[in-house]
Amino acid sequence: MKINYCDALVIGGGLAGLRVAVQTQEKGLNTIVLSLVPVKRSHSAAAQGGMQASLANSVMGEGDNEDVHFGDTVKGSDWGCDQIVARMFVTTSPKAIRELANWGVPWSRIRKGPRKVVINAEPTTIVERDEAHGLINARDFGGTKKWRTCYTSDATGHTMLYGVANRALRDDVEIHERKELMRLIMEGNRCYGAVVRDQITGEIEAYVARATCIATGGWGRVYRTTTNAVICEGTGQAAVLETGIGTLGNPEAVQFHPTPIVPSGILLTEGCRGDGGVLRDVDGYRFMPDYEPEKKDLASRDVVSRRMMEHIRKGKGVPSPFGDHLWLDISILGREHIEKNLRDIQEIAMTFNGIDPADPGPKGWMPVRPAQHYSMGGIRTKPTGESPTIEGLFSCGEAACWDLHGFNRLGGNSVAETVVSGMIVGSYMADFCKSQEIDINTKLIEEYLEAEKAHLDEILARPEKEGMTIFEIKRRMQDIMDEKVGVFRNGKDLEDAVDELQELLRKSREVSVRYKCVMANPELEEAYRVPKMLKIAISIAYSALLRTESRGAHYREDFTNRDDLNWLKRTIVRWTDPNATLPEVGYEALDIMQMEMPPAFRGYGRKGQIIENPLSAKRQAEVDEIRKRLEAEGKDRFEIQDALMHFELPENYKAKNERLGVGYA
Amino acid sequence: MPKHKIMTPDQSSGRELTFEILKYNPRDPHSKPHLETYKIKETPGMTLFVALNMIREDLDPDLAFDFVCRAGICGSCGMMINGRPQLACRTRTADYPDGKIRLMPMPAFELIKDLSVITGQWMDGMSKRVESWIHSKTEHDITRIEEPVEPDVADATFELDRCIECGICVASCATALMRPDFVGAVGLNRIARFEMDPHDERTDADYFELVGDDAGIFGCMTLLACEDHCPKNLPLQEKIAYMRRKMAKVK
Repeated sequence: MKINYCDALVIGGGLAGLRVAVQTQEKGLNTIVLSLVPVKRSHSAAAQGGMQASLANSVMGEGDNEDVHFGDTVKGSDWGCDQIVARMFVTTSPKAIRELANWGVPWSRIRKGPRKVVINAEPTTIVERDEAHGLINARDFGGTKKWRTCYTSDATGHTMLYGVANRALRDDVEIHERKELMRLIMEGNRCYGAVVRDQITGEIEAYVARATCIATGGWGRVYRTTTNAVICEGTGQAAVLETGIGTLGNPEAVQFHPTPIVPSGILLTEGCRGDGGVLRDVDGYRFMPDYEPEKKDLASRDVVSRRMMEHIRKGKGVPSPFGDHLWLDISILGREHIEKNLRDIQEIAMTFNGIDPADPGPKGWMPVRPAQHYSMGGIRTKPTGESPTIEGLFSCGEAACWDLHGFNRLGGNSVAETVVSGMIVGSYMADFCKSQEIDINTKLIEEYLEAEKAHLDEILARPEKEGMTIFEIKRRMQDIMDEKVGVFRNGKDLEDAVDELQELLRKSREVSVRYKCVMANPELEEAYRVPKMLKIAISIAYSALLRTESRGAHYREDFTNRDDLNWLKRTIVRWTDPNATLPEVGYEALDIMQMEMPPAFRGYGRKGQIIENPLSAKRQAEVDEIRKRLEAEGKDRFEIQDALMHFELPENYKAKNERLGVGYA
Repeated sequence: MPKHKIMTPDQSSGRELTFEILKYNPRDPHSKPHLETYKIKETPGMTLFVALNMIREDLDPDLAFDFVCRAGICGSCGMMINGRPQLACRTRTADYPDGKIRLMPMPAFELIKDLSVITGQWMDGMSKRVESWIHSKTEHDITRIEEPVEPDVADATFELDRCIECGICVASCATALMRPDFVGAVGLNRIARFEMDPHDERTDADYFELVGDDAGIFGCMTLLACEDHCPKNLPLQEKIAYMRRKMAKVK
């Protein structure tokens, strides 16, 4: 029996997991990171457009600060987020980006003087301040009031990941590659680490730790058409469900990105539109201003994706063998800009579609259609990152429902969340580790190891039989999710989806594998993973069926209103019976009277489709009164904010952020 | 680069493709290295990512290979394709007119099984050897405005930071095949990247300590297959020559 011991165990080696590991290691804790792949190959590397932080260096970001970033994030979430968490995030994000600069992330920098840009499809010249020369630059992104998204060309995730991974190597964080989480080791409601399978040797081993953090990314691969990497299968979240104690939050909150390229589904960054690119239809017509006169092509992602599908339904899509699509035109930005700031996009379009997007006119237009992109939902945590129901279990990044994003995440807030939550959750996890001794019987660990081996042996021993292979079951699940749990949802389709997914789950538990080898056997791996993926898919579809309103990315054709009266609450999913095919679904209320920013119209999207909660107006009046009174008393914005909604952060992250021209104000 | 849009329906497809793929599991005493032949039907815009998954799902569930991003970003899928090291996800079957494709694992790395090799540990070893992180004695207060960096210098650093550690430069390098301790173009480029970065306070003498020998900058025979095959088109030739001139002047 192989048992590894450490203080802090981090499962997942992307940006979030590595940043947690650096934090715990630098606080003197022996830290191990487990990763399915070499950590620098994690899906974080695929983040393209940038990271939101309210530095306000560029002239287009002047006046930006935590308050503006907070407002954009809450509106983006369609009031589904935890506003305390949003405050923690916007306060730490400028520090995170400055820290990364010191760690070697080569952020694009501002050049003083005039700069040619494209705004609303028109060439424009902006003039950057002399004193901003050499400071971190930012580009425009959807759903934001200021240019706030800092970037390195369109390879931002890559440079951030290398910066943080190299820092982890510097700190001698132990990184164990090709290790897969199979099960969490639990005694009562305390987590003591994990049972893990070595993907090379097939060996089952245990990792025992004072605290365990799951940072395994999103679950996009339960869909067929997704921008996500092939490793984003949600098995980390499934392991939490399979404890029977841990919970998921808002699984139905799934983001569909407006502009993955057709047919491969590879992402074309929002930076394409942030930098001035536009969407066009079959007639070459720029249609978004008709739907969204204010934000146009740069409304939030949920809104743009729906408008695109709406336009395609009106017959304005471009027919193709892969279904109707629309065009993304960045040729208007000019070759020089594209080859400097959107070069990976150019490379993707050329390699996978034979299109050079810098070619002027229709020749350079790229075929796009919305596809699954991000999971706002995930492992439910407290603002500290700790599970509310499992002691010693933490989670952060896309794997978690921390809940920064509510029902729609803003572009540029996800890579930002990875490092910011890594810093914050890593701090709280280090405190937890230091306050805890562990006392665990090795017999319990051995029982867990034996049970997992027995499970794999049972799969290998299943008799050959007719019927679907595990690959076919997986593909069918993905097709159901695409067709029935997509951008537009309705009760009938969701019911069908839930029924058929349950049937697939039953089948997946009996499926046989053709090769009986325990090591490096791709079919065996699918045979134990797909049932976990199906639990996630069922949680998404079932929660979507039960939520009879439309909020953010969750849109019900049969319940088109955002219902603040009945649905201002977070879905909480638990799977207590391992033999069941449906989870238990409950809800956690969001208290309007505690909000700094009570629910209102977002400023984009459909107007007049909100069922208002009378508390929203009541709380708004209260907020206005407090603000007016404190302003009259000469209080500053930090004091007013604190009076409206107090939040806790580790002291070094709560500190004020300096900005050009305004200091720490 | 391909010349045609794959979105046009008149694309050639439906050809029969013949794959010959090395199959071998070094950990299985019964396994012998051999080439297995698979025939599949080409689909429009097919890449090796699509083709290999089709082979695994329909013909051989035991076939091992690695993909992560399938978009040419993560560097997981380097393999020998008709004798050349390339990223499989960015390789289109349409670029092989006779429809015959032979796949082998990359040399220079430990084989896991079939087309899957261990690049991660090699790269982490390289990163530790060249100390692939910022060396700075300056204490930074992260609440303060960041240090300015000349925009051109930031861009030039980014240019070299684009390396995805795919291992293709190592697999194509004659020195690396003869000297397993050679740091490779990937390691020399990494040195050039930190030498460019104003945040890093190391001197040429410090870099000489790390790569000033035949396993480092003086081991390169300038055959330059690294630059020929680099999927990110990094200026490896120029940077190796630049670092070599600098290192030759140290002492």
